[in-house]
Amino acid sequence: MTVTARQAGLVACTRCGRVWPADVHTCARCGAPLSSRDPGALQRVWAWWIAGLVVYIPANVYPMLITRTLNYSSEATILGGVIELLSHGDVLVALVVFVASILIPVGKFIAIGFLALSVEKRRWMSEHGQHRLHAVVEFIGRWSMIDVFVVAILASLVRFDAVATINPGIAAVSFALSVAFTMLAAQSFDPRTIWDD
Amino acid sequence: MRRPADTAPLPDRAKMAAVAGAPLERLRACPHCDALHVLPDLGPRERASCSRCHALLVAPRSRALSRIIALALTALILMAAAVMMPFLDLTEAGMHSRASVMDAVMAFSRGAMAPLSIAVGALIVVIPALRLALVLYVLAPMLGGGAPWPRAGQAFRLANALKPWSMAEIFMIGVAVALVKVAGLASVTPGPAFWAFCGLVLVTVLHDNVMDNESIWQAIETREKAARGEGDGKTDPLAAPPRGVRA
Repeated sequence: MTVTARQAGLVACTRCGRVWPADVHTCARCGAPLSSRDPGALQRVWAWWIAGLVVYIPANVYPMLITRTLNYSSEATILGGVIELLSHGDVLVALVVFVASILIPVGKFIAIGFLALSVEKRRWMSEHGQHRLHAVVEFIGRWSMIDVFVVAILASLVRFDAVATINPGIAAVSFALSVAFTMLAAQSFDPRTIWDD
Repeated sequence: MRRPADTAPLPDRAKMAAVAGAPLERLRACPHCDALHVLPDLGPRERASCSRCHALLVAPRSRALSRIIALALTALILMAAAVMMPFLDLTEAGMHSRASVMDAVMAFSRGAMAPLSIAVGALIVVIPALRLALVLYVLAPMLGGGAPWPRAGQAFRLANALKPWSMAEIFMIGVAVALVKVAGLASVTPGPAFWAFCGLVLVTVLHDNVMDNESIWQAIETREKAARGEGDGKTDPLAAPPRGVRA
């Protein structure tokens, strides 16, 4: 059995780990506001989760990259970009983009939604399993931003005026927002509630 | 809290008694699962992790202060080089196109996508640099054993909060993907800024590896107390002489 700070009548700072009597509201060591369990956490998780999902839809529908050469012009969505890489035989890079832009974002929506429901309704997975899932989501979520940087590099590099240019598509904005919103959703989650009963 | 060297965990009752008997400033709660631990005395390279969720809690390093400061300074200099020098050079049939890191940031600056340019600039240049500068602000005044500058705690808290938003290493993976995409179209030559950015990513990894938050928080706390004339400065991990190797 483990004693938690809350069971001991204390409140812990999640920023620096210092422990204080339950009636203290600000950590005297690092200045962070203290709360034994954040009552608004789940509400904020769902708010960011929904916002992230809403902007993830246009991110997949609208073009990410607009390529113009002398005799043709093409628009590629996220999935289209992966397929194009595959057709050129760049399997490894296609896999990197697929994992970063499709697998991680979709997996993140499922994982955060699952964790929030699991804490509210209780128990489809062991505490250790949920803890590990949250740690993975927090660690891996930011890597989805790769595709936005790919677009930035390509658009700034490929500028042969009339001959060939690459321009960013509007999907880059909604995709970047989606990554940021789901990162905020994962950060809003209070992992301490996984272990409470 | 446990050390890897300890094989037998404390029996539960003994653990509870230890937690109950310890003074408040020796107690730490795991930020991930709220489990309460008594802070152990650790030497450099020893680590303590949470007995329940196994999150790493304390990992002091020897000569941490001077190493972190050196690495943060190096990273800041590399960042300045990466921003100012040419990054990539594209050649195709006698035509030239070159891009700096700032060009990549400005890729979205036309039209409705301008806010994304600000965001990209923040994620790959401003936030990584700000984080390093904040770490220097907190640690540099403490190098000679002195007291931290005002608001050091706030600065260090902000530096930690910025960590997930500092995306220099993700940018470099994006560059690698972009290079593969362009490879069929034209030949690309990396410029000095490219190598500076690679170095920056490596140095940042080392920097984060040497950084132990608990030691730094303890140092800030005890030295602020000492500067106010309270406390004895005994629990200052960064003031301890380096153990082991003597020069």
